[in-house]
Amino acid sequence: MDDALKKKLTILADAAKYDASCASSGAPKRKAEAGGLGSTTGAGICHAYTPDGRCVSLLKILLTNYCLFDCAYCVNRRSSNVRRARFSVDEVVTLTVEFYKRNYIEGLFLSSGIIRSPDHTMEQLIRVAKTLRQRHGFRGYIHLKTIPEASPWLIEQAGLYADRLSINLELPTEASLERLAPEKDGAAIQTAMGQMGERILQAKEEKRRFAPAGQSTQVIVGADASTDESLIRTSARLYDHYGLKRIYYSAFSPIPDAASILPSKSPPLQREHRLYQADWLMRYYEFSPDDVAGATESGMLALDVDPKLAWALRNRDKFPVDVNKADREMLLRVPGLGVRAVDKIVAARRHATLRLDDVARLTSGLKRARPFLIAADYAPVRLTDRLDLRARLAEPPRQLSLF
Amino acid sequence: MTGRTIRLRPGADLDGFRAAVRRLVHDGVAPDAVTWIAGEAQSLFPEDGPEAGPAPALALPRAVAALIPAVVMHRDPERYGLLHRLVRRVADGERHIAEVASDPLVHRLHLMRKAIGRDLHKMHAFLRFRRAGTGEGGRERFAAWFEPEHHILAEAAPFFSARFPSFDWSILTPDGSAHWDGRALSFGPPGRREDVPEQDAFEAGWTDYYSSTFNPARTNLAAMRAEMPKKYWHNMPETAAIPGLVRAAGQRVGAMIERAPEAPAKRVPARALAAMAAQEPASLEALNAVIRASEPLVPGATQAVLGEGPLGAAIAFVGEQPGDQEDLQGRPFVGPAGQLLARALREAGIDRDRSYLTNAVKHFKFEMRGKRRLHQSPTAGEVAHYRWWLDRELAFVAPRLVVALGATAVLALSGRQIPITRARGPAAFAGKPFDGFITVHPSYLLRLPDAARPEAYEAFVGDLRRAALLAAEPAGAVG
Repeated sequence: MDDALKKKLTILADAAKYDASCASSGAPKRKAEAGGLGSTTGAGICHAYTPDGRCVSLLKILLTNYCLFDCAYCVNRRSSNVRRARFSVDEVVTLTVEFYKRNYIEGLFLSSGIIRSPDHTMEQLIRVAKTLRQRHGFRGYIHLKTIPEASPWLIEQAGLYADRLSINLELPTEASLERLAPEKDGAAIQTAMGQMGERILQAKEEKRRFAPAGQSTQVIVGADASTDESLIRTSARLYDHYGLKRIYYSAFSPIPDAASILPSKSPPLQREHRLYQADWLMRYYEFSPDDVAGATESGMLALDVDPKLAWALRNRDKFPVDVNKADREMLLRVPGLGVRAVDKIVAARRHATLRLDDVARLTSGLKRARPFLIAADYAPVRLTDRLDLRARLAEPPRQLSLF
Repeated sequence: MTGRTIRLRPGADLDGFRAAVRRLVHDGVAPDAVTWIAGEAQSLFPEDGPEAGPAPALALPRAVAALIPAVVMHRDPERYGLLHRLVRRVADGERHIAEVASDPLVHRLHLMRKAIGRDLHKMHAFLRFRRAGTGEGGRERFAAWFEPEHHILAEAAPFFSARFPSFDWSILTPDGSAHWDGRALSFGPPGRREDVPEQDAFEAGWTDYYSSTFNPARTNLAAMRAEMPKKYWHNMPETAAIPGLVRAAGQRVGAMIERAPEAPAKRVPARALAAMAAQEPASLEALNAVIRASEPLVPGATQAVLGEGPLGAAIAFVGEQPGDQEDLQGRPFVGPAGQLLARALREAGIDRDRSYLTNAVKHFKFEMRGKRRLHQSPTAGEVAHYRWWLDRELAFVAPRLVVALGATAVLALSGRQIPITRARGPAAFAGKPFDGFITVHPSYLLRLPDAARPEAYEAFVGDLRRAALLAAEPAGAVG
């Protein structure tokens, strides 16, 4: 690899890293054809972890970080003084193929700054994906960022080659978009998401290959004044209306050469973590947006306890729950019991009566669960009603600064 | 009951265990009475216990049967004894034992299976190939050194041959090796780290990538180590960058936070911004260039077949999709159905050259039947995909009347499935700036039995005559 290409890679990976999405999951199982390259397993693979604890699954880069847009939160906005670079289509293809052959990556995540026009930019992204698929018989994972301002037919071409498509909402309200991302248009973003959702669904029904891993989006947390409740309600609507597979919450992070319009401070990582937990409650624990909202304080999720525990503390009258009798839905509400633990409980109690020791073998969250459950040999005496329960269960404040 | 000693091959000896456990259960040997010896060189002495040929197979519940091959790969010397205990309990009547995850034995076996799953996953994730010259027939050759925690090589290898069939590779481990030559997977003796090249031309670039994708403002070493334990690091080239990245992180973040915003060095690119806003195709030619450059939604078509006819034509005809002839010639309505339409137009007094002809879908879709390409109707999803183009195309042509030929055209123009027989005649397509008319597609006439065709053809020509009259009237006179 020559130095010029390495330098570009450094700039264009640095420019792409604020996109939180790195999943390589959701594609149908595929294997390479003779002479081809690549496979997908369905579940996705993280090939490395960086010291921020995040997974490196895909080669996540921008085609270029030159950009005509001027979004205040973005390191690549046109008014930023960062170093700029631009890959050719062949350079991206070579990097993807050679990295892939060495088992560094699951595939490619490609995005781009807007150059010349949204359509032109979108065409370049599509050319990369098409070259990989057609010239190299590449069956690995491809995630393409779609430019919502591009023409509908181009956005739809992307679905022919990509496993996943994503359009970033970035800011949850129209007002924030107007203030911080003047070239973006909230209505256009949602129209494009709706269009994509419809096409993906239709293709699935008609058994055509079209973005089989669905679409995702990202929302920045902490760059505007949106509350957690409004973020969660927005998410619920997006999952519901557009069939999104995943919503990523990205704590607004200080960037080199920040815009004066936004405060520079450490990213709200704990808040981001709580939002992901709340999101999971809605997707896997049968919580409604109202349930989650009911666990917030003036619209904000607590930082010291997870949202499920916060909900349980507010709804103590519904506990304790008997692990040998309660239905699955209610077991899912017990703090410290995950979906897998609940499924194991439900399966095991068909053939055995569970004692507290048994439950301890099924979950690692027994400390949090204890005050809220009943087992054959155990009932929380006063624990459920103790006033200091929250303090006893809260996590010690995590060192949120860095070191 | 006397004790029994069972010797198994080193590593994961599933077949040996299966034969042994069948025999033990058949003979009613208690698990406590068995000594399992695995991993030693084959004994020269015959094994203890009566050898009476293979014992009958055991019928095990699926959950138990699924647990065995995984646990057998575990490095724990007690694995065979634990599995024997489980099988014994099933044989003693606890058929559902594997579902009771809270049982201490089952719990332990589940943990072992989980460790195997994790080990497999980590091997698929963290193994790194290095280019090792050229193999037979000029094929690229790669090699990797990896140290799995358990006996998983044989289970892990097929993942790599499914993924990397087009180059030769070898995976070397302290317990054995796996090799792929483009055709088959084979296994060999243990390898040595020195047998893999010391470096690779892409490792420095990969490490640069790894370093650049790290966000110092989110440093979280515990999370990294939980997913990528240190024991893997020495076989992963990029991890050499970790100490430096961690050391510099604090200072990098501090500098970002403290640094005052700077004025942009470049002026606002006003002309580029204006040009960016004007990307919509401004003419039918520009739109056609886009369509021509686009891939068919369903692969196979030779080319996109564009609409034909003058801008401002009073009447436009929308068909379904190009057929075999249209696909080859690149022009609409030139096949058998097109010829029939041409004849009908003439008889209806419509000048084809002064009308606009196009299709709802721009690419031919077919199924190979021997050497023939058999037309396949587009799906509703495909029609929706092509609608964007049709709408813009008709906006440029701006006809007074649009004739939908057949159900697909109706779907494309109205967004709804409407039966032709009921809707035949003048129609209004919601939201469209032109009047509409619905009739059959000429290919429908070709499919009719000979006896029915003349009458249907006359009706079709009659429709065209009515359409021509409507197109000649001032706009808005219909429906």
